[in-house]
Amino acid sequence: MQALDIKLLRDFRRLWAQALAIALVLGCGVAIFLTSFGMYNALEDTRAAYYERNRFADVFAETRRAPATLEAEIAAIPGVASVETRVVGSVILDIPGRTQTAVGRVISLPNGGLPQLNIPLLRAGRLPGPDATDEVAVNEPFARANGFVPGDSFEANLNGQKRRLTITGTMLSPEFIYTIGPGQMMPDNAAFGILWMPERAAAAAFDMTGAFNSVALSLTRDAQTAEVIDRLDDLLDRYGGFGAYGQETQLSNSFIDAEIMQLKTLAMVLPPVFFGISAFLVNMVLARIIALERSEIGLLKAVGYSDAEVCQHYLMLAGLVAIAGIVLGFGAGSWLAHALARLYADFFDFPYLIFRVSYDAYAISAAIALAAAGLGAGRSALAAARLSPAIAMQPPAPPRYSRSLFDRALGALRLSQPAMMVFRSILRWPVRAGLTTLGLALAVAVMVAATFTDDALDEILDVAFSQSNRQDTMLLFTEDMPVSVLEDIRRLPGVLVVEGQLYLAAELRHGHLTKQVAIEARPPESDLSRVIDGAGRVVAPPPGTILLADRLAAQLDAQPGDLIEVEFLGARRETFLLPVAGHVTQYFGLGAYMDFDTVNALFRQAPRVTTANLLIDEEHEDALHARLKEMPGLAGTIMLTESRRSFEDTIAENVVIMTTIYATIAILITVGVAYNGARVQLSERARELASLRILGFSRGEVSAILMGETLVLALAAQPLGWVLGWAIAWSMTGGFTSDLYAIPLVLKPATFAQASLVVLAACVVAVLVVRRRLDNLDLVAVMKTRE
Amino acid sequence: MDRPIFRTEALSKVYDTGDVRVHALAGVDLKLFAGELAVLLGPSGSGKSTLVNILGGLDRASSGKVWFKDIDLTALPERGLTRYRRDHVGFVFQFYNLVPSLSARENVQLVTDVARDPMDPAEALGLVGLSDRLDHFPAEMSGGEQQRVAIARAIAKRPEVLLCDEPTGALDSRTGVQVLEVLKDINERFGTTIVVITHNAAIRQMAHRIVRFQDGRIVSVETNETRLAPHDIDW
Repeated sequence: MQALDIKLLRDFRRLWAQALAIALVLGCGVAIFLTSFGMYNALEDTRAAYYERNRFADVFAETRRAPATLEAEIAAIPGVASVETRVVGSVILDIPGRTQTAVGRVISLPNGGLPQLNIPLLRAGRLPGPDATDEVAVNEPFARANGFVPGDSFEANLNGQKRRLTITGTMLSPEFIYTIGPGQMMPDNAAFGILWMPERAAAAAFDMTGAFNSVALSLTRDAQTAEVIDRLDDLLDRYGGFGAYGQETQLSNSFIDAEIMQLKTLAMVLPPVFFGISAFLVNMVLARIIALERSEIGLLKAVGYSDAEVCQHYLMLAGLVAIAGIVLGFGAGSWLAHALARLYADFFDFPYLIFRVSYDAYAISAAIALAAAGLGAGRSALAAARLSPAIAMQPPAPPRYSRSLFDRALGALRLSQPAMMVFRSILRWPVRAGLTTLGLALAVAVMVAATFTDDALDEILDVAFSQSNRQDTMLLFTEDMPVSVLEDIRRLPGVLVVEGQLYLAAELRHGHLTKQVAIEARPPESDLSRVIDGAGRVVAPPPGTILLADRLAAQLDAQPGDLIEVEFLGARRETFLLPVAGHVTQYFGLGAYMDFDTVNALFRQAPRVTTANLLIDEEHEDALHARLKEMPGLAGTIMLTESRRSFEDTIAENVVIMTTIYATIAILITVGVAYNGARVQLSERARELASLRILGFSRGEVSAILMGETLVLALAAQPLGWVLGWAIAWSMTGGFTSDLYAIPLVLKPATFAQASLVVLAACVVAVLVVRRRLDNLDLVAVMKTRE
Repeated sequence: MDRPIFRTEALSKVYDTGDVRVHALAGVDLKLFAGELAVLLGPSGSGKSTLVNILGGLDRASSGKVWFKDIDLTALPERGLTRYRRDHVGFVFQFYNLVPSLSARENVQLVTDVARDPMDPAEALGLVGLSDRLDHFPAEMSGGEQQRVAIARAIAKRPEVLLCDEPTGALDSRTGVQVLEVLKDINERFGTTIVVITHNAAIRQMAHRIVRFQDGRIVSVETNETRLAPHDIDW
């Protein structure tokens, strides 16, 4: 081994604590990049592979009832490669041992086997026999959650007729990677299942013989999706079409899209922070090492080492730090990616795990880490290379202090000499002091930005449950019903309050912009389900108008007062021109709201409802559910209390994990910055501080000078960190917002306080470690050292 | 010993430090011959170190010329100067300038790694009497031993010239003599040209020639007719 390489390795070993502090920060960047970027790719690739193998459809449409003969016409639409028509329906399930109702979505299987599109994958057992009327295959997560194996059975209320269905097998489908039931906030596989039933049996159950009510299309490569959707809508119009939509709006797919977008945002926002801080730390430490090794650099040049060799020597030192960071980052990143893959396995139902972070992601993260270290080292290494050997052999000139405006200001403050030394040193190296402050501020910001999601979710839960949706249970009817149905429901056991509500599928158009939504209308006296705006006020849409959730209004570019075209889908295919009454801040979905009487008047009908909101007496819950399981005309039930509880549990668990991870990250950044900063200062000022000790200053007084500078900078970093944290949180809300939900920017004082406390505490500990070195300083030896 | 190895013509060096211009060298004409041991004497700031730095390719002249044999050092680009230092010159400094994280052997290896036809580091250390200290680190050696490692490092590349800036400046007289004995031995055994800068006028007694400096100029060059061995010099 070359002597210069031996020096490199020994220097690295000597600097292990500082190198480790930097490597940990760099490792965080690598790990987060690897996890977010790697998992983002893995998720996208896995989904793409699954979609391709199982022929996930490009266009979907639901209709009330279309004749089977329409299939040929649909197939003739230019750009359509294949058509799959089917019967779908919603059923209430009575699961053995489960008090509450569960909801099933029935999907027909073509006679003789599997469909050509959205091909389910048989995981266990067999398909139901083509002529069987009481056999189903169910989605695997539903079977698992309820402890079902092929051969087990449960009861279902099929369009008012109670039937016992036997499970012949379990399946997974690309249509249901994220399986979420109506009204659920997150998958609850015990309460919602997919039931694949032979076409004949499904058609008989839902009165669809010779007809279909759902269609999926695959398109040719050159097809224009929007055009095909328009043509399909035209065909289904007569048969009560609910509006065709593309892959991107398919429910399961859009949840995965939202997750992929979050990972992408994470990959773009956080890793640059770590790489930036690492570059700064490498720069600070290397600049000091090069200052200390000035005469060694002179020597290397005197004996004939070239500028490039000297430059390379110091770049390699930074390279070793980077390699340590990369190794740590690969370890932590692989572990995190693995943990995330396990978490995804709970939420996403893929038939196989391609959840492996690609070699590309490893290579890219390593390359970025090396580049960050190189960037940090570059200036100092070049300075070392440029140092003339004759000058390098002489001791450096003392730093130039001179009186400035600041000094007069400091003088006016009548500060003690040690305090003066602290402030002068900050002013002497303003760039370094500024970057140290920025580094510590970023640690605060990372924590603020991470904890903010906790505050935001609290806010979402509060608005969604305590203010907007205060009902315990929602009953969804298969079709809209006269309001008199509410009287029947009021008489069910345990029902305290019942209120009706209308959900109507509609397409909104404003200029060239269109959006399919569900319009909500509730009687004015409704108290359980209310529309709450961003300021917490109850809002009621004025008669004759439509009120839009702000994200929907933005997508339609609709301002208050604008007229928008509202085309109701399904049974009542009528179009109206309505003025926009205003915008209302909503976190879930893309809501549109109308006055209840206005809707009924538009349709020239006596008041009707599609949903009943109930407040129930928990003591009679069992009896209520027993009756609901028998009730005809019910398409589904939503247990809000339950969904709230599971949502809160999941969030509470995630918040603990996330806060721990981000607090660790903030601590690593703080220690990296504060420890290295104090070490560099100790090295620069060892003689000065030793002189003070000799002059009679106590250990405490001397270390106050050393710790003072870092702590002054740490304090200055707090407000900056809060602002940066706010900015990161703000950019994250943008990245996390989708059609499905929006994250509000909610930051509570406690969030800022917690972030500051963690960072300041970590800073004090880091500086105290350096203080121990100062306490052990050999005064005589230090004074003898030639600078 | 009449072949000039170095030749300078009106060599000047001006340091420009903002307000002040310092003439470190003010027109030096000098010839140094192959195989000679020359001592440069003079007070601090008289230009000795500046001259040696320029001769060694560590620094550049402001004006004038300097040749190493037939090579015009003033015309060499940076890369050429590096090559020149690597192949032809050995340096010994007052404060040894050893790399503290490398052992004696490794400090010498630092040079043999890049030299064209080097000695084995152990051989070089043997020449300075440190065969038993090969794996000691600088912090484990006395000042005299450290300086001898520095000399071993300088001679390991078999240089034609050895430039020594106050080689005994940080040493007591006994260890100083040991170091000078090594230099004399190298000079006699390999015919290496040795230039020694010193404050210590007594050292002139071991030189072939003595060059005296004052205010950036040479004030005298004298030839020493009766050379003394270092151990006979009275400090």
